[in-house]
Amino acid sequence: MMTRLSIIPVVISLLAGCASNASDSEITAKAVATMKSSFSARGQAGMDRLDQDETQRLCTDYATRKLPPEVAARIEKANLETIRYPADGMLLGDWKNGEKIAQEGRGKQFSDDPQGPVGANCYACHRITPQELSYGTIGPSLYQFGKSRGYGAEIQKYAYGKIFNADAFAACSNMPRFGQHNILTEQQIKDVTALLMDPKSPVNQ
Amino acid sequence: MSSMTGRARPGIVAAFALGCALAAAIATAQNSTSDEIAKYREALQDGNPAELWEARGEELWKQKRGPKAVSLETCDLGLGPGVVKGAYTRLPRYFADADRVMDLETRLLWCMTTQQGISEADATKTVFGDGNAKRSDFEALAAWIVEQSQGMKMNVALDHPKEVEAYRIGEKMFYYRGGSHDFACTTCHGEDGKRIRLQDLPNLTQPAGAQVAYTTWPAYRVSQGELRTMQWRLNDCFRQQRFPNLKFGSDGSIALIMFLARNANGGVYTGPALKR
Repeated sequence: MMTRLSIIPVVISLLAGCASNASDSEITAKAVATMKSSFSARGQAGMDRLDQDETQRLCTDYATRKLPPEVAARIEKANLETIRYPADGMLLGDWKNGEKIAQEGRGKQFSDDPQGPVGANCYACHRITPQELSYGTIGPSLYQFGKSRGYGAEIQKYAYGKIFNADAFAACSNMPRFGQHNILTEQQIKDVTALLMDPKSPVNQ
Repeated sequence: MSSMTGRARPGIVAAFALGCALAAAIATAQNSTSDEIAKYREALQDGNPAELWEARGEELWKQKRGPKAVSLETCDLGLGPGVVKGAYTRLPRYFADADRVMDLETRLLWCMTTQQGISEADATKTVFGDGNAKRSDFEALAAWIVEQSQGMKMNVALDHPKEVEAYRIGEKMFYYRGGSHDFACTTCHGEDGKRIRLQDLPNLTQPAGAQVAYTTWPAYRVSQGELRTMQWRLNDCFRQQRFPNLKFGSDGSIALIMFLARNANGGVYTGPALKR
């Protein structure tokens, strides 16, 4: 009798435990449902912004764990396939426009005019030209990008591709996929590529 | 010999000196910006305009308002009806009467609707002010309430299963990548020593960073001429994250605040602070 009674608190605590010890995947499902009910569409930012593609989902899953090499390779391969290079084969635009795009922080926020300017806000995270001292440090310095790597066709292609889809070269990069997500136009990507790769750009002085 | 070397390499020496000067100039420009902001804060600390919001908040707290004509002095922020001192250091928390985890602002809304009888639509007409004629009662009340936790340590509990669940959901939200730019909270707030432009970014996953950030909000934002609350802080973070609008008092907002507040445990509360 004693032993039977003593089982009851154990069972109760196990049942109570179920409420708070939900598995990681249960919490993930609850978090997604909570987010769906906690946001509302506003301006140009619709609720579809919360829908993750495969890359976003995997990068979220592994956010606090080491990304296994095979998963990283899968992400990079899938993203590499999205890159569209210009039909005319010209990868370098106007570095002066590229500098303006690198400075421009607006675009895609619910507070932004959908018809207004869209920039890449590169300086938020990168050092680029030595003249601009107000730069962030989330990404590496891009000063002397072309000068230190060479101005050849392969490096041009890499720079263009990296801006188009950063995850093709580094899975779960912090950098937005500017071409893949249609943040920048083809011409804008060319201009930013020129900022990094044109020998006359202040980046390479 | 040494003079020979000196004569042989003036170009190199000059180039090196120039490089150092340039590096020093950049470092000076950046240090001086944060130094200047720090000085500015110090100069204004004795006269933080947040005091104006605190004064109005105290009035709002004590005034008989709403269809039921009662003051918020009957409002239980977690330490008993009307107890304000230290209440902010224990929030968010589970409230049995609402059967829900609530942060400060959600709890105030609950007291306004259930105790004062104000409709939710009326109470939430202006949750964020515009620094001008459009004023938010939440901003004023929050300023007054948090001020009475100054000097006290953050002490948020994860006792109730719903508190634990809120924390875990908040943590998931923190790492959730999405939107047009693939951003998550952790993109900017997951590493030590990073900045956006010249703005230092606290690492909110570690106690030190979470404490620095959480214990200074709500804050008076000089650039907006407005007292800003934690609900506003998160809403504006998600705007820049290119996410949709985070709804005021939503379960998601409370979960994320729970994650941040709990990570800040042990930090001494100093708000409302003065920010750029």
